[in-house]
Amino acid sequence: MSLIEGETGKWEVVIGLEVHAQVISKAKLFSGASTAFGAAPNTQVSLVDAAMPGMLPVLNRECVAQAVRTGLGLKAKINLTSVFERKNYFYPDLPQGYQISQFQQPIVGEGVLTIDLPDGSTKDIGIERLHLEQDAGKSLHDQDPRHTFVDLNRAGVALMEIVSKPDIRSAEEAGAYIRKLRSILRYLGTCDGNMEEGSLRCDVNLSVRRPGEPLGTRTETKNVNSIRFVQQAIEYEARRQIEVLESGGTVEQETRLFDSRKGESRPLRSKEEAHDYRYFPDPDLLPLVLEQSFVDELAAALPELPDEKKRRFMDSYGLSAYDAGVLVAEQANADFYEAVLAGGKRDPKLAANWVTVNYFGALNASGLDLDDAPVDAKKLGGLLDLIADGTLSSRLAKEVFEAMWESGKDAATIVEEKGLKQITDEGAIEALVDKVIADNPAQVEQYAGGENPKVLGWFVGQVMKASQGKANPGAVNQILRRKLGG
Amino acid sequence: MTSPTRMTLAEARDALAARKISAKELVEAHIAAVEAARPLNAFTFETPEKALEMAEASDARLAKGEAGPLEGIPLGIKDLFCTRDVPSTAASRILENFRPRYESTVTANLWRDGAVLLGKLNMDEFAMGSSNMTSAYGGVENPWRAKGSDKKLVAGGSSGGSAAAVAARCVLGATGTDTGGSIRQPASFTGIVGMKPTYGRCSRWGVIAFASSLDQAGPMARSVRDCAILLRSMAGHDPLDSTSIEQPVPDFEKALTGDIRGLKVGIPKEYRVEGMSEELERLWRQGSNWLQAAGAEIVEISLPHTSYALPTYYIIASAEASSNLARYDGVRYGLRVEGATLEEMYDATRGAGFGHEVKRRILIGTYVLSAGYYDAYYNKARKVRTLIARDFRQAFEKVDVILTPTTPTAAFPMGEKMDDPIAMYLNDVFTVPASLAGQPAISLPAGLSAEGLPLGLQLIGRAFDEETVLRAAGVLEEAAQFSAEPAFIAAA
Repeated sequence: MSLIEGETGKWEVVIGLEVHAQVISKAKLFSGASTAFGAAPNTQVSLVDAAMPGMLPVLNRECVAQAVRTGLGLKAKINLTSVFERKNYFYPDLPQGYQISQFQQPIVGEGVLTIDLPDGSTKDIGIERLHLEQDAGKSLHDQDPRHTFVDLNRAGVALMEIVSKPDIRSAEEAGAYIRKLRSILRYLGTCDGNMEEGSLRCDVNLSVRRPGEPLGTRTETKNVNSIRFVQQAIEYEARRQIEVLESGGTVEQETRLFDSRKGESRPLRSKEEAHDYRYFPDPDLLPLVLEQSFVDELAAALPELPDEKKRRFMDSYGLSAYDAGVLVAEQANADFYEAVLAGGKRDPKLAANWVTVNYFGALNASGLDLDDAPVDAKKLGGLLDLIADGTLSSRLAKEVFEAMWESGKDAATIVEEKGLKQITDEGAIEALVDKVIADNPAQVEQYAGGENPKVLGWFVGQVMKASQGKANPGAVNQILRRKLGG
Repeated sequence: MTSPTRMTLAEARDALAARKISAKELVEAHIAAVEAARPLNAFTFETPEKALEMAEASDARLAKGEAGPLEGIPLGIKDLFCTRDVPSTAASRILENFRPRYESTVTANLWRDGAVLLGKLNMDEFAMGSSNMTSAYGGVENPWRAKGSDKKLVAGGSSGGSAAAVAARCVLGATGTDTGGSIRQPASFTGIVGMKPTYGRCSRWGVIAFASSLDQAGPMARSVRDCAILLRSMAGHDPLDSTSIEQPVPDFEKALTGDIRGLKVGIPKEYRVEGMSEELERLWRQGSNWLQAAGAEIVEISLPHTSYALPTYYIIASAEASSNLARYDGVRYGLRVEGATLEEMYDATRGAGFGHEVKRRILIGTYVLSAGYYDAYYNKARKVRTLIARDFRQAFEKVDVILTPTTPTAAFPMGEKMDDPIAMYLNDVFTVPASLAGQPAISLPAGLSAEGLPLGLQLIGRAFDEETVLRAAGVLEEAAQFSAEPAFIAAA
């Protein structure tokens, strides 16, 4: 448990996250309008989205399937009967004057998400619920000095609101939670997890307490739209609440708005000013009743998820939890790794090392994605083969890899062109060894004094240098010992 | 041949098919009738040019033998239905001049079958009312007068324009919508037939919403047969309305066999309300005797939760309305009254755009959904609603159809009950239970009050069994021989 040291002692931070994840679907939750990102304002608005008189919502089945898939991915209870309700409030970007959401009976109930912490340990964070709801449109306040403009392209797009239990205890855990959730959503193909485009948004519920005491009063910080901002918002709000309490004040239950430029939040509305949303079942929609067979079919078609994949990478390939965790975080990375393994004919640990260290390092340095990288899985596999059969030393392999990244050529071609092939021919190495021994009688004398390993190392270095690094170091070592040791 | 405006819809249809009259002649006669009936204030918008265009197209199809079931039939459409490029305002200032770029499913079905639009019909604002007095266009005058009186009477509501236009022979039929009695009560007040089908029978797509779980479109016409013909065209499953039910649409006209031998007719004792007039009780008994004489078996039944129906209805309908009407905010369409801030714009727009009754219902609805009151009102009302539905389910295990009066009184003078919403709401006491339960129900004229005003009887049926309701109504209609005419008839 991570505690924060205040002026008067330790405090525990209790955090619950509400994540709004935009569902991947062609059409909106209750209309046929497109959901594509980046279209010109108000070009993806149906009569239903604009709440024209007499228009009625019709539920998009694909969005329901996506919510169920996500629920299954969170090992959660799928509620075969759920109810859409209206959340009533007035705002210009909410054309109906209510948001269709789920309140008392959400489509997904309790589940669990296992987060991976930097020390390699894991922690289970409870999932309270997941429900489907409509997104609102976008109010543009900066287009005109006197007016607010409204873009309804986003109005009616399906969101999954995923609510965690208050099981998170630090900004670090919150970051791990969002990263893991995003990873699962991407594996499932139910949300692209793109926080910059707003397809994943987060509200932070936070309270502090003395360890072992009952929960304190919580605040909700809204509109925190990157993992870094979530962590900033948590640090800020935890400090603020502790300061309030330590100076004898009380924390007000309120909604706060995060300002990412200042890294601070400010009160938006107090409990007294809270909206009365007047939820009630939407009479335009019948209760959503799912067949168990529908859920079973979706469950059967679910992909392998990060936790299972990590477990398999550790069990089948002997990888460390850390390496496996790094590889499975993004499905594309895990797929790349397994493509490099080519059905297990290559050494999994060697491959993991090359993929996570050299390959991802090169990707990061060049700012490229897997898709447009100059070296693909097959080429990297070819390089590993040359290491495995002794053609390349690991030092040479790094050189070859750099050349591959530069040119896009495969490893064998580069070895050929540059003549980088490792010298394994005993006769050739012997000749080099003989020359080095002959040129350095003083060192031979030193070695003979007691098989000094330092001196042996010096000789290996000289021979390697003479071979321009191409001699097989093992063979050099062996021959040197024989010739020197007598 | 009967004068074109004196025909029933079925007669006109047959005359058109036999080429005794052209659609153009039929429609021209009705355009003249609409003009002549302007003092009634039944229309919010007349569409004579469009009507003539449609009539010509109908004549062309009739000539080619490609006529639809309603080919050339001139109809009025309640202003709650969105009609493409024709003002559709729900009789509210807030939708002043609103011309939708889409056509409601129900009206699209009517045009598909060849019907002709004469214009849009007046109604209570957003269908909230039982007198048609809440319309932004002003009240609709009932073409009937009490014996020896010149007092203007209400046409009923909310489909008052539809009822008056049908009764005054301006249109051969009209669409109405019924949320708690809005088709049946004005039908009863004007001596015509009006049917609320089973909830889910007609699509609500393109019908401006009042209370989504109750709103249902239905036909209003001068005979049971005419209603059967209209309903067949209006009904049908619509994938755009999630509450519309996938059920085959029968040829309702075929249900009018006149044979109700063995039919079990329930008489619910709870409808014998305190203070019911002697003449109404007599009419009800008369109706039951007519059905019995035709071979039906009369069964006394109980619908024990009837007395809770009215408050339940006003809570649920107002709750839904408060939310449904939130979209009229001045932002995207309709009326906008500018303000210095967003809040002020909302206040000014909705303050000016909505009338008193609409505001009253929005306030009631907002209140019953508020935190702290939700369980006591809205949630309790939902529970009572399920009990009322259960009453009907149990009753229909014993009987095939239920007979009741449609309204506690005949039409009342315009301006009365305006300051007493409770007295006004009591108009719906007999019609609301079937609405809450979603049952189909019809009102047909069965006799005259002592003052010479029409009184209606109501038949309620099983869900999706409009056929039995229509068959029984046909028998009642035949027995009642209601032939009285209103004081005002648009064209002779």
